[in-house]
Amino acid sequence: MEKIPILKMGGYLLVTIQVDLYDRLALNLESDLVNMINKHSSKGVLIDISAVNIVDSFMGRILGNIAQMSKILDAHTVVVGMQPAVAITLIELGLPLSGVHTALNVEKGMVLLQEKLLGDDTVITDDTDDNT
Amino acid sequence: MITLNKEIIVIKKEQDVVFFRNRVNEYAEKIKMGLLNKTKLLTAASELVRNMLIYAKEGKVICEIVTISALQTGIRLTFIDNGPGIADIDKAMTDGYTTGKSLGLGLPGAKRLVNIFDLKSVKGKGTTVSITKWKNG
Repeated sequence: MEKIPILKMGGYLLVTIQVDLYDRLALNLESDLVNMINKHSSKGVLIDISAVNIVDSFMGRILGNIAQMSKILDAHTVVVGMQPAVAITLIELGLPLSGVHTALNVEKGMVLLQEKLLGDDTVITDDTDDNT
Repeated sequence: MITLNKEIIVIKKEQDVVFFRNRVNEYAEKIKMGLLNKTKLLTAASELVRNMLIYAKEGKVICEIVTISALQTGIRLTFIDNGPGIADIDKAMTDGYTTGKSLGLGLPGAKRLVNIFDLKSVKGKGTTVSITKWKNG
């Protein structure tokens, strides 16, 4: 059985999709990622789809699901490296991927994730400040 | 429309989809279709082949390189299944309508991505969807 590897790096999980996705593989990735977030208490997930040639409505839904599931588990998801042709096709297909954070490349995606985590921390300190 | 090249691909399981998509990709490259048009064609094909697997369990796809003039060539894919058919085609072509668990974007989305879209369905007999994408346009 094929499997998409998930790498743990500190508080982050990194996924690079290098193979042709079919539905079962995408569903397995979804459940594997959610399990890994839970196991390692990860705070951020970075999914690199720069090698993915097509994202159809099913794959789009899976990406949206991963973002929502990780959000419930207190982790942020950023999808990076989408090919321009894929972006155009997704919008024409009618799938705006709302709710999924995106960045142009892995580097910018990591910066975005770090900012989001810092943002979370600030919110927490702000709350305590208000209470005291 | 004249057919230059024709191949029939049988779809029985999910892994056949990967093979099928690669074949369509090869055809698109053979006629030097641009990246954007190729991506749109492959995405539409992916939607339709999934519909076939989900609702009819299996089917076949006729892949053809077609031409209408010296300047315009394209790829026509015809998805044929003997599944349950579509009860209400107008509804099925509406964004967000689904009888399954999907987003209901497959058919209307696929139509937006190609140049010619033709859907025929007889309830209880099966469904035939034909899509054509020109190399330019």
